[in-house]
Amino acid sequence: MKIEEKTASVAGGIPAEPEKATLEGKNKIVGFWLFLAAESTLFATEMGAYVALKGSHMNGPASHELFQLPMVAISTLILLVSSLTSVLGIMSMHAHDSKKMLFWFRVTILLGAAFLVLESYEFMEYVHAGHILSGSAFASSFYLLLGTHGAHVLFGVLWILGLVIQGAKKGITVHTAPKFYLASLYWHFIDVVWIFIFTVVYLMGMVT
Amino acid sequence: MATLIIILILVLFLGAILTGGYNKRFLERMQQSDLWSWITTVDHKRIGILYLISGGFFFAVAGLEALLIRIQLMVPNNAFIVGDTYNQLTTMHGTTMLFLVALPILFALMNFIVPLQIGARDVAFPFLNSLGYWLYVSGGLLLNLSWIFGGAPDAGWTNYATLALNDYSPGPGVNYYVLGLQISGIGTLISAINFITTIVNMRAPGMSYLRLPLFTWTTFVTSAIIMFAFPPLTAGLFMMMFDRIFGATFFSTAGGGNVTVWEHIFWIFGHPEVYLLILPAFGVFSEVIPTFSKKRLFGYHSMVFAVVLIGFLGFMVWLHHMFTVGLGPVANSIFAISTMAIAVPTGIKIFNWLFTMWGGRIRFTTAMLYAAGFIVTFVMGGVTGVMLATVPADLQFHDTYFVVAHFHYVIIGGTVMGMLAGFYYWWPKMFGRVLNEKLGKWSFWFFYLGIHLAFFPQHFLGLNGMPRRVFTFEANKGFETGNMVSTIGTFLMTIGVLILLYNVVWTLRKGKQADADPWDGRTLEWAVSSPPPVYNFAQTPRVRGLDAWWLEKVHGDGKLKPAEPLGLIHMPSPSHLPFIMAVGFFISGFGFVFHSWQVGALGLVVVFIMMYVRSFQEDHGYHLQPDELKGQGVDS
Repeated sequence: MKIEEKTASVAGGIPAEPEKATLEGKNKIVGFWLFLAAESTLFATEMGAYVALKGSHMNGPASHELFQLPMVAISTLILLVSSLTSVLGIMSMHAHDSKKMLFWFRVTILLGAAFLVLESYEFMEYVHAGHILSGSAFASSFYLLLGTHGAHVLFGVLWILGLVIQGAKKGITVHTAPKFYLASLYWHFIDVVWIFIFTVVYLMGMVT
Repeated sequence: MATLIIILILVLFLGAILTGGYNKRFLERMQQSDLWSWITTVDHKRIGILYLISGGFFFAVAGLEALLIRIQLMVPNNAFIVGDTYNQLTTMHGTTMLFLVALPILFALMNFIVPLQIGARDVAFPFLNSLGYWLYVSGGLLLNLSWIFGGAPDAGWTNYATLALNDYSPGPGVNYYVLGLQISGIGTLISAINFITTIVNMRAPGMSYLRLPLFTWTTFVTSAIIMFAFPPLTAGLFMMMFDRIFGATFFSTAGGGNVTVWEHIFWIFGHPEVYLLILPAFGVFSEVIPTFSKKRLFGYHSMVFAVVLIGFLGFMVWLHHMFTVGLGPVANSIFAISTMAIAVPTGIKIFNWLFTMWGGRIRFTTAMLYAAGFIVTFVMGGVTGVMLATVPADLQFHDTYFVVAHFHYVIIGGTVMGMLAGFYYWWPKMFGRVLNEKLGKWSFWFFYLGIHLAFFPQHFLGLNGMPRRVFTFEANKGFETGNMVSTIGTFLMTIGVLILLYNVVWTLRKGKQADADPWDGRTLEWAVSSPPPVYNFAQTPRVRGLDAWWLEKVHGDGKLKPAEPLGLIHMPSPSHLPFIMAVGFFISGFGFVFHSWQVGALGLVVVFIMMYVRSFQEDHGYHLQPDELKGQGVDS
């Protein structure tokens, strides 16, 4: 029997780890890990540029004058919790409970959207404080790094939204399971990047 | 207003595409045409051929640019092409050759050959394979459309900041560079991920990592290099784009930016780039030399080790492009040593090839001529490479024709000759006909003599102080002879390429039919018919050792051992979405080139909608009955 056809053979239901049950699913997972590796070099480059340029704030505010840790801490908390809810979603998927899985992914979407709202608000505050993209090399590299991360969050929210719609129609199958699994990998990755941003940009930015 | 009209037209187009067109009958006729089947194909062999065609097209464009450059430099004080046009020509020659010719033609070979070599039916992601190809085409077209709309990029292929910023490169030229390379870069990254996943997950039973043919190994390492080298370029291009289009100040000192940031990012990408260009060529030679020496590759394990080591060290040497920046003696020394260290694994490979030939029954076919010629040119290019790695000397060589001579020796002498060797070697497998050997040898000798005539004198021009990228030189400074000889060499190379083209046309019409194994090959691709059936292997083969096909021919009964019974074969369905996504990226890129973020965003929306459409499709593919099942005896 060919590997691709093994999917149908699990009698009366779905296998224990439906995301790895087909060759297609296995390929997707390997490929996605490679994609995340490539993405991390993208973020590393942007972060390197930020570290190199963060001293040049010209006439605009310096990082320690600008950042307000309480709000950033709330953003961080929201994103960390959303990572947890996506784990709960995957655990429900492994328990073959599609209702619970969809619930947890919906919560993840809401938390991601909340993060985006907070971040937009934060950026507007910064713009009012004179921290604009064209103002200084510090501002340029800050907005590029944070903007790339924010765009990833936005993409993730829209992606998981699409998956939840599909999941509501089709339930957990060997075709939909890898998609949810990848989305949760992606979501963790965004979270890990944020932890680095929180440390390198915000915490280290508070040191004068 | 104009933007609004453009947006409206695009929305109409999009509506037409999504609703299935205005005219059902026209749509059906289109879907039955050959062109449509090529646009929607997800077959790795057809995509390989598409890469070959577009790579060949861009090769013609960039080759003509080189010819114009050399004609301008033929005599002193020439006024054929001066100033800005010359800058555009050098920039586009370099950019096109590296991004749109060298890598895609190597991708053509990888796409066609790697799945066959590992005994797979297709790549891991057929859809993404097609997407990668169409992104490369749309990025490449965007870059080259600059000649018609607004002027080509003119800041050199390295696109160094300050020169590349708005103050010194006004007009859309550099925008085309930034956006064209971003789009084709995404395509390249997608293809690389695809190749690695294919090699990790799709190997036939028994095909362990240390039984992989060397070409597959180099594809693997090359893809890994792409994976870590292209995202930094993308990040750098983002910064350049923000500086030029949205007024950011990454690189302009007036806003506190730093130009060396671009140099670092560019070379963190740029140096691995040249290794990812040379490694597949190494792979081709490691297939060609054993086949035509009738011996197994000498030192297989050390060859694999050397490839991996070169891939790793390739990331440790970028600073040797920046010795004259003044980063201090410690940084310069460390990078000089790491650069020289690369000569060790490369030397291992050169000696292994020589030892493979030693005592072998050598057949000098055209492919083998290229392989043998490569060893000479590449060693010469390698020696000047070590010279350039010597920091004090590099301060003299920097930005002279010595550098030009060095990298043309390694890229033409390595990558291009590898491409040509692979071209002659695998052409019968790809098209079912053997290229004419007599024409091939004529073409080789013209090309080979041309390379040395064109680039050997440039070493001395550089040592005598002729700077690169300058459109003319004065008489009586000792530059006349060298430049004249160099231009004559370029003409000889052109004749060689024209003979090759004639050979291709002649072969397609009258060439000798190729049987499955025209060269008495050693690897699995020679076990299937030429050209291979769409499903490659009727039964997935079982691999019993290194040089699997040779093993079956010598120790077995000359047939592959199957790893599965005959049965229906699952195939992925063709899809037109990759093409539309590439169109979306193209629209987006074009919008950003002309500072219209609305059109730019619109293109991205098209891409995103297509991703949604793809996500909601449940594509089960279809099943195919192999010829072997249709009443005939079981045969591989």
